[in-house]
Amino acid sequence: MIEVKNICKDYENGKEISRILKDVNFKIEKGDFVAIMGPSGSGKSTLMHILGALDTPTRGTYLLDGKDISAMPEDELARIRKAKIGFVFQSFHLLPRATALRNVCLPLIYAKVDRETREIRAKQALTAAGLPEDRFHHLTSQLSGGQMQRVAIARALVNDPAIILADEPTGNLDSKTGDLVLGTFQKLNDEGRTVILITHEPYVAEHADRILVIRDGVLVEDRMNDRQRRQQAT
Amino acid sequence: MKTLDLFEEIWLGVSANKTRSSLTILGIVIGIASVIAMLAVGQGSKAQIEANIQSIGSNLLLVQPGMQRGVGQAVSAGRGSSTSLTQADAKALTTLEGVSAVSPESSSRQQIVAKGTNTNTSVVGTTPAYIDTRNLQVADGVFFTDANVTSRAKVAVIGPTTRDDLFGADANAVGQKIRIKNMEFTVVGVTTAKGGSGFTNQDDMVFIPLSTMSTYFTGNESVGSIAVKAASQEQMASVQATINAILLERHKISNSAQADFNVLNQSDIASAASSATQTFTLLLASIAGISLLVGGIGIMNMMLTTVTERTREIGLRQAIGAEKEEIVGQFLGEAILLTVLGGIIGIALGFGISWGLSTFMGTSAVVSWSSVGLAFGVSGVIGLVFGYYPARRAANLNPIQALRYE
Repeated sequence: MIEVKNICKDYENGKEISRILKDVNFKIEKGDFVAIMGPSGSGKSTLMHILGALDTPTRGTYLLDGKDISAMPEDELARIRKAKIGFVFQSFHLLPRATALRNVCLPLIYAKVDRETREIRAKQALTAAGLPEDRFHHLTSQLSGGQMQRVAIARALVNDPAIILADEPTGNLDSKTGDLVLGTFQKLNDEGRTVILITHEPYVAEHADRILVIRDGVLVEDRMNDRQRRQQAT
Repeated sequence: MKTLDLFEEIWLGVSANKTRSSLTILGIVIGIASVIAMLAVGQGSKAQIEANIQSIGSNLLLVQPGMQRGVGQAVSAGRGSSTSLTQADAKALTTLEGVSAVSPESSSRQQIVAKGTNTNTSVVGTTPAYIDTRNLQVADGVFFTDANVTSRAKVAVIGPTTRDDLFGADANAVGQKIRIKNMEFTVVGVTTAKGGSGFTNQDDMVFIPLSTMSTYFTGNESVGSIAVKAASQEQMASVQATINAILLERHKISNSAQADFNVLNQSDIASAASSATQTFTLLLASIAGISLLVGGIGIMNMMLTTVTERTREIGLRQAIGAEKEEIVGQFLGEAILLTVLGGIIGIALGFGISWGLSTFMGTSAVVSWSSVGLAFGVSGVIGLVFGYYPARRAANLNPIQALRYE
């Protein structure tokens, strides 16, 4: 499903070249619920960008569904994102002057899905993400933080992507709302979706089945999460 | 993205900030409206000048006195100053091939008095051939006859404006008496109104027999000008050449550069006048064009601001799979929508201004459909040109940086 082999990422900063990721290797199978954890500056965001096809590695290969996308041109990466990746961001990234429903429809517009199908699928996704139906036609600027993140999750789901990539999805939410949103990810995982959480909080990472810890660009830990601890956490 | 969805995205983008969009549009509106109005004024004055020239007569050649020169003298008086043309010259031209009518003319401004009212206008001494050369028509009564000319009759044909001034609007003037230089003339006819203005206003003239004019007013046989009507447009050039040759011979001038007369071709006058209006129109339109350019820069400025403001949105669109082309399409589309909207409003405003100019200011302004088409096309092209750079800039944003943009 996802296979990362010897991935390195260098950034040029003036004359200095800093290596953000150093020979990272792992595999993620379909239906996994994985947390990538690490402190800020550890390289986890860079890893997320590569996994999300927003960026390409300097060296190494990244196989997504058996296809090497580590050296693709920008427009082809855009097509990969459109078809296979669903993003959930810390700051939601919703269009404020559009309704919840329209925000969720946006990926389908780029996927050239016709209007009727778009509405049906967007409503299904919003229901799956747990947004009450009476909020579907509200402008997203009128929604609460938790509701906004649900809209964002619905938008990530609506294209039926291979992986859902959530970058600090609870970072802007209070702990109670954060728990509800994490519960939503668990529910989606139970339905068979592949979810990757990127976080610096061990508490958030504990919700996943498997935790990858990254530090200074090196994968230092890759462990299965204790099912019971996970259940206690929820 | 499907085309219809693209249009919807473009519309939502533009309508999201209505105040700013309207203000930006205003620049284009003013530019397009002034282009339309200026072209309309140019077109209108061209049409008016052409009508004026046409009202002088058709297939017309005008022979005018040239510079007065003494033999062997370097000093010469101004053009038209000599009294070199005579009634005999005019007579000599009547028999030429290709000439259908010849009217010698001699005019002076006089005070005309009738029953206590009076007016100051041109008195033209001429022959009945004037009707043919100058395309004149008589509305009431008759024009004076060759017999009147022979007998130096004190009869007059007056223009409708003169009639209105002397006898009141639309009064019956035929048979009335008027006094010119204390001599009594009988009005025998009133000409049909031709319009026209300025020097060529034939509606405000008094026509009397040429012989009467030379006997009582000028005291000599010279004429101010000779109008020659060619039988057809094609013959004008050859008739002009023949007139030149005949008059040179009659005036015993061997060097044509020293001719004491000029032969003006009506089409030369017309083309000179229309090239003048063309220059004038071009000047007006280019000033208006500059305002359009400024409007275009306004569009570019606003689009760049929009792209910066919506950086995060662009990042998101890229993250969910928008390709470069689709981002370019959206922002270019927004720019074109703004300029085309501005173009449509500007065309409407341009019509309004032209209507106002011709209704209230007396300037003739005619909006031509070609200028409307041009303005519409230009507004679209401005959107394309000035929207392209901002749209490219949007599409070339790095998605990671765009998503993080604060």
